[in-house]
Amino acid sequence: MELQALWFILVAVLFTGFFFLEGFDFGVGILLPFMGKDDRERRAVINTIGPFWDGNEVWLVTAGGAMFAAFPHWYATLFSGFYPALLLMLAALIMRGVAFEFRSKHDRPSWRNFWDWSIFLGSALPALLWGVAMANFIRGVPVDASMNYAGGFWNLLNPYALACGLASLSIFTLHGAVFLTLKTTGEMRERAMATAKTLWTPAVLLSMLFMAYTYVETDLYQRLGINPGIVPVFSVLALFSVRTLLRRNASGWAFAMTGVAIAFSTATIFMGLYPRVLVSSLNPEWSLTVQNASSSPYTLSIMTTVALIFVPLVLLYQGWSYWVFRQRVAVDAHHEY
Amino acid sequence: MDIVFLARLQFALTSVFHFFFVPLTLGLSIFTAILETAWVRTGNRKYLQLVQFWGRIFLINFAVGVVTGIVMEFQFGMNWSEYSRFVGDIFGVPLAIEALLAFFMESTFLGIWIFGRDRLPKAVHAASIWLVALGSNLSALWILVANSFMQAPVGFRMAADGSRAEMTDFAALLFNPNVWKQFPHVLAGGIVTAGFLVIALSTWHIMKGSKGREAFVISMKFGTIYAFIGTVLVTLAGHTQMQHIMKTQPMKVAAAEALWETENPASFSLFTIGDEEKLEDLYSIRIPRLLSFLAYNSFEGEVKGIRQLQAEYEAQYGPGDYVPSVITAYWSFRLMVGAGTLMLLVSLLALWKVSRDDYRFPPLLGALFFWSMLLPWIANSTGWILAEMGRQPWIVFGLLKTEQAVTPASVVGPGELVLSIALFTALYLLLAAADLFLIRKYAALGLEGTE
Ligand code: HDD
Ligand code: HEM
Ligand code: HEM
Repeated sequence: MELQALWFILVAVLFTGFFFLEGFDFGVGILLPFMGKDDRERRAVINTIGPFWDGNEVWLVTAGGAMFAAFPHWYATLFSGFYPALLLMLAALIMRGVAFEFRSKHDRPSWRNFWDWSIFLGSALPALLWGVAMANFIRGVPVDASMNYAGGFWNLLNPYALACGLASLSIFTLHGAVFLTLKTTGEMRERAMATAKTLWTPAVLLSMLFMAYTYVETDLYQRLGINPGIVPVFSVLALFSVRTLLRRNASGWAFAMTGVAIAFSTATIFMGLYPRVLVSSLNPEWSLTVQNASSSPYTLSIMTTVALIFVPLVLLYQGWSYWVFRQRVAVDAHHEY
Repeated sequence: MDIVFLARLQFALTSVFHFFFVPLTLGLSIFTAILETAWVRTGNRKYLQLVQFWGRIFLINFAVGVVTGIVMEFQFGMNWSEYSRFVGDIFGVPLAIEALLAFFMESTFLGIWIFGRDRLPKAVHAASIWLVALGSNLSALWILVANSFMQAPVGFRMAADGSRAEMTDFAALLFNPNVWKQFPHVLAGGIVTAGFLVIALSTWHIMKGSKGREAFVISMKFGTIYAFIGTVLVTLAGHTQMQHIMKTQPMKVAAAEALWETENPASFSLFTIGDEEKLEDLYSIRIPRLLSFLAYNSFEGEVKGIRQLQAEYEAQYGPGDYVPSVITAYWSFRLMVGAGTLMLLVSLLALWKVSRDDYRFPPLLGALFFWSMLLPWIANSTGWILAEMGRQPWIVFGLLKTEQAVTPASVVGPGELVLSIALFTALYLLLAAADLFLIRKYAALGLEGTE
């Protein structure tokens, strides 16, 4: 295969992995103030993602690094063009990251409250903004002939992108609720179960809205054709099945299905994008593509070798860490830090 | 306002702040791993208590290092898009490898280390903190591979249309001599940062007669040896680094020495007040021949001055101002070397006390041991200020100027820059306050709450 295509796929895989993994810890963060009635419960909620969230976030860091190395123009245009949106996201990730570590280190209620709400906002904002960003990828943004972004902040916040943002926010929250049904016990688990069932309806409705809107706003359906293939169809079916699975108390399967819904809809977006990486709404000629945005063949081949060796290794030890902490977190157990 | 100035200001703020936390991570991860190994080996509970005491401080510090690091990763694209387009082919590679090789390892095994104590065999638990230490220090190595390309570009050719630098030799990038001069220096800088913090807090608890005094005596012993080794290494490595940049960036050396005219043998300045417009001294105390020695290990040898280098660069690169801010380079170098010299004295003093098993500290000595913990922070920050500002006007030496590298004003204008600088400043002040508060709290808590 062509290396540029391979790296497009790899970047897509990194984003998919990021949404799948950080998706549930964003969801857990969003649910934190509502699921945990008292401090011990909130600690238990945080501990369900405690060992994982940082490793999950590195998927984003790696996606950023891979974009920089494989498609420098994509990295440059996107990150400079989406400047204010990225600032918001960085601020959110900063507050959220330290909050996990800081909140339990001091026991004043106001201190804990402050960091718990930082976790909430720091999770909700990126969950929304990533949807907004992905929608703008396919809808197209004003990119000029010199590959520079020529719009303002408000260009990014069009209704279509907001619809996608709400869809991603709701799906991540659902994904987090389902994750909690998998990782908690007793009353906490029942609460998570009820929350997940409630969240399912808005998640489905918002996703449908987004899909319909996509039909109007983008060329995604023309590109994918009448028979879009199993990937988008599966992502919809997976989301539909979650409700039934939850009813049958099959948390593991329900979690797999919210995961599939997230992963496959991300894949759909990237499939609709290819071979473009950022669509120009000004002139199709000015779109960034895997050809005009990429690094030299030599660089791509070096990166390929490195990825072939280390990606499996990373998957192996991250998988192991999930296995080590496979147990449910009980509210009355002894909690680390 | 000038966008180049604003973008530089923001980069300086965020990178110096990131590097406030990083050296402690580099050094303290290794130190904690050593203590935990001692616990696994001996079964002596005091080591376990120390692991927990230093581990807590490590984690509080680590959290801020991580979140400020994420800002760094995105900033090249956000504020330096022309730079990213120009060097992406080369510079992006070590960055991506750093994430894949180092950050994954560091964050995953840190999660395992924090939450895995009751779940894993002792030896596996100790191995996980070693992997955290390895990951942190590998991340330093890869980011220095990236930085070294900016300091001394190798293994590349210019694209036919001149629009970018393209990698031709990955091995050359990795074995860039600049990397192998910088890396030991940065690594040792991390070790001394941790070492002096350990000396400071151990002294404090010993003097206060805290519970678990014996544990802090052990910590003092380990910390002193660690700090001493680190200080010797950092000084030696700094010396070789100086000799290296003599060859690659002589202008940086000249600026760091406020050496206006070429000298042979060259003198080392102890104290200079100069006039940057006219490129001359107003007042100066210099030690004859010392600079030649620093540069060449010999009391003879020519060191080029700023005026001559400026003329040479104009001939080579065309008209322009090739002189970095002399006052910044000069004083940051003096602060770093001054801090290093003081650290050498303090660590010798501590070594002498420890070797005589004497842990009674008169108040003045105690204060000295305590406040010396600030020295590594001064040296680390000023060292980077020298390295980065001394390279100006280049962002990639000899290839791309900083002013050509910034994101065009039509994309990110002064308004957005001012906004982002204000936002980062506010957030970072908040983080610094919360971080200091917690570190103080847990430092004072001593062994309370450990097992
Ligand atoms: C505790 C920290 C510490 C101490 C005691 C010293 N340094 Fe340092 N120095 C650093 C921490 C540091 C650093 C932060 O790690 C830097 C920044 C860039 C780099 O590679 O290392 C640095 C940079 C740096 C540079 C610039 C390198 C470049 O531009 O590429 C030189 C020439 C020296 N150092 C030389 C010295 C000398 C001669 C020292 C003698 C006492 C010394 N340093 C002590
Ligand atoms: C090793 C990885 C690093 C890389 C790749 C890097 C890269 C850069 C870049 C792109 C700039 C902006 C352009 C310029 O002004 O030249 C810059 C400036 C700067 N960096 Fe670094 N940097 C690194 C590490 C650091 C660290 C750790 C510090 C501080 C502790 C630091 C301090 C500075 C300062 C003070 C400036 C502003 C210099 C000026 O504008 O005159 N750098 N660096
Ligand atoms: C010499 C300069 C630098 C060194 C030695 C260094 C090293 C480290 C280390 C050891 C960490 C782990 C967290 C911590 O230390 O507290 C870290 C975090 C991070 N650094 Fe830096 N860094 C440097 C400069 C930079 C620069 C210029 C970038 C930008 C590309 C960067 C990107 C990051 C990122 C993204 C993280 C977060 C990783 C995570 O999520 O676990 N660093 N850095």
